[in-house]
Amino acid sequence: MSTETSGTLPLASEQNIVASRQLVRTLCLQLKFSLVDQTKMITAASELSRNTLVHGGGGHMRWEFVERNGKRGLQLHFEDQGPGIKDMGLALTDGWTSGGGMGLGLPGSKRLVNDFEVHSEPGLGTRVSITRWK
Amino acid sequence: MERIPILRMGSVLLVTIQVDMQDQTAMALQEDLAEKIAKTGASGVLIDISALEIVDSFVGRMLASISGIARILSATTVVVGMQPAVAITLVELGLSLEGVRTALNVERGVQLLERARRGASLEH
Repeated sequence: MSTETSGTLPLASEQNIVASRQLVRTLCLQLKFSLVDQTKMITAASELSRNTLVHGGGGHMRWEFVERNGKRGLQLHFEDQGPGIKDMGLALTDGWTSGGGMGLGLPGSKRLVNDFEVHSEPGLGTRVSITRWK
Repeated sequence: MERIPILRMGSVLLVTIQVDMQDQTAMALQEDLAEKIAKTGASGVLIDISALEIVDSFVGRMLASISGIARILSATTVVVGMQPAVAITLVELGLSLEGVRTALNVERGVQLLERARRGASLEH
């Protein structure tokens, strides 16, 4: 088993979305997450990977094992240099979509994790960070 | 690109999704099924997702579209075998799969399709 505690995965194609799900699954297994927690984290990673690809024009996912108050967790950062999110309030609203999807990516993922943070600057890109604690 | 096989069993089309699908593969399945329903005149579609570890909004939307398309083509779709952890996650994600019929397993799915077919033939 790998002893690495952080890493990066490119998100440049549809195959990379599949790869991100598989990587997050492996990482969740290393942390011995429950099946439900694992399923939620993989699903959130799938949504956000697709967002990075579709809305951000590609980017990458950074992952790291984190620790807080003696608890271990998995933190994922989805980063792109795309157009950014113009209206954060709207982007976090259920059902609002900038096109194509169902508008569940951001608000839905937020519900699937413990910590959720978005930084976005119009014209510069977006970073979405999520953490799930064991 | 990988394609999901569609098996025909009498008047029912059976699809077993066993791989972590790329988005393209999911889209292709939707089209393949629509064509197969039209060609075979199938009255039911059974989609077994028991091997799927996650269903995200993309696959969820695909399942809902297939149900809608099949209904317009006069076939009933039943999605069977969803794992409990997947159901919990889907609901939290905000996807309730409205309009998609579900059953716990293939056997119950087949029963549901048979009932639907008998119901339909009674109407005529």
